Amino acid sequence: MEKLHDFQRFIDAEEKIEPKDWMPDEYRAHNIRQISQHAHSEVIGMQPEGNWITRAPTLRAKKILLAKIQDEGGHGLYLYSAAETLGISRDEMIAQLHAGKAKYSSVFNYPTLNWADIGAIGWLVDGAAVTNQLSLRRTSFGPYSRAMLRICNEESFHQRQGYEIMLKMAKGTPEQKEMAQDALNRWWWPSLMMFGPHDNQSARSTKGMLWKIKRASNDELRQRFIDKTVPQAEFLGLTIPDPKLRWNEATGHYETSDINWEEFNQVIQGNGPCNKERMDHHKQVHAEGAWVREAAAAYAARKQEQLVEV
Amino acid sequence: MTTNQALFQYCLRLGDTNLILGHRLSEMCSRGPMLEEDIALTNFALDHIGQAEALLQYAGKLEGKGRSEDDLSYLRNVEEFENFRLVEQPNTDFAYVIARQFLVDVYQCLLYQKMQKSSDETLAGMGSRFLKESTYHLRHTSGWMERLGLGTDESKRRIQQAINDLWPYTPEMLSVRPYEKELTAQGIIPDAEEIALDWLVQVVRVLSRSGLHKPQDVVVPPPSTHSDHLVRMLAEMQYLQRTYPDARW
Repeated sequence: MEKLHDFQRFIDAEEKIEPKDWMPDEYRAHNIRQISQHAHSEVIGMQPEGNWITRAPTLRAKKILLAKIQDEGGHGLYLYSAAETLGISRDEMIAQLHAGKAKYSSVFNYPTLNWADIGAIGWLVDGAAVTNQLSLRRTSFGPYSRAMLRICNEESFHQRQGYEIMLKMAKGTPEQKEMAQDALNRWWWPSLMMFGPHDNQSARSTKGMLWKIKRASNDELRQRFIDKTVPQAEFLGLTIPDPKLRWNEATGHYETSDINWEEFNQVIQGNGPCNKERMDHHKQVHAEGAWVREAAAAYAARKQEQLVEV
Repeated sequence: MTTNQALFQYCLRLGDTNLILGHRLSEMCSRGPMLEEDIALTNFALDHIGQAEALLQYAGKLEGKGRSEDDLSYLRNVEEFENFRLVEQPNTDFAYVIARQFLVDVYQCLLYQKMQKSSDETLAGMGSRFLKESTYHLRHTSGWMERLGLGTDESKRRIQQAINDLWPYTPEMLSVRPYEKELTAQGIIPDAEEIALDWLVQVVRVLSRSGLHKPQDVVVPPPSTHSDHLVRMLAEMQYLQRTYPDARW
């Protein structure tokens, strides 16, 4: 009890918890769940975007997209490392992902149907992610907070590259503009869903806030994202797919229709358009790479033996 | 053929090779055997596409018809591509990806080392810039040749198979094109015959260090035309540019 009391006092003083510090089991579990989910999201997110690398329409666009996806892989790496400091291995985390015990962001369970989707993912999905991650820079677990600092810098570049694609498409030929609007129509709602259930429906939020793992509520962050994004859509000359969207002078915020929570729940439960595809891909690649990982391990062991003999 | 025309052809050959190899590597995104390798292969793809961009831009300038690097990449037909046949071969498994990359890395390191000394300033500049990238690629792929060759029975079998299957495409890579002779004589481009000799020595050195053997010399080379693989790859690569010719991206 005493320990728990000190722990809370420490957190309330905005100190960072480091891997070797004492922490409640539930705090550890909460962080493992959140960080590994974040890592898996970065890695699974490589699939929908990777889908368009081979069709990128210019060499410059292809280079930017490659660099961006490479960043996402890098984010996955340092998030796995941050989670590993809590006493779980990357293999275990991947096994949890494959068993359906660990989740990844549901937004990656939607298909990428045209080139503007690559713009929309950067602008909306990375835009939503960065809204959340900016607040997570102040999260109480040290390695996670430091990973967020680094990731946020790169994510804002991603968001800009996405917006640049949208701008080119929205100001391009009628067909390009149509693709841009189509992409916005399909990505708008899934992006809003990224912030999770309403605050009064979110079971884990309370502890998360108390321990300062989460620093702002789902609804707060979602509103911040909407307020920032609506004027950007207007600048592009595109229409947000929500007939009820309006500016509320009194509150200084945009009002929207409610999210289709039935769809949200279905996608989380594995029934989204691409859940099976994403997981099958990850499992297949992991299985196909087994012989390579075994060879690398065998080689490393042999080298180690040689060192010992010398 | 004027010097400019010959140099245009030469830049296409090097530029297309990088373009097609970069594309093949980019297909590996989210398909690496481990996350670190996924990132490394994407990084190599990025380097090769960057090299292609510079070489094709220069080619367009030499040609003098106003074609950009994008025009050359996205609006030419298969028979106009000059890439090494080796680099269009598919990513059959990780061993093929590594073997193909290794065979090209040795070649490009030798090429760029010599290209740095070109009497053509643009080529010399590209040589020294690209050499840094290719040196890093070669260190990485030589490491994997050794790891796979000396790893497990399975990895050894797979990497040897990949080397054997890709070997028949190496004479085409090492061959000297008729237009090159005059350029070499003028000190504009490296001597491809010298590169070929050094290439074999270096490749054999890594193979034997990795417990692998050099395949037998190629008696009947594969046809000198492009493969079906390249036709399919271009269909995908050029899809947007071809479908929406009026659009700017």
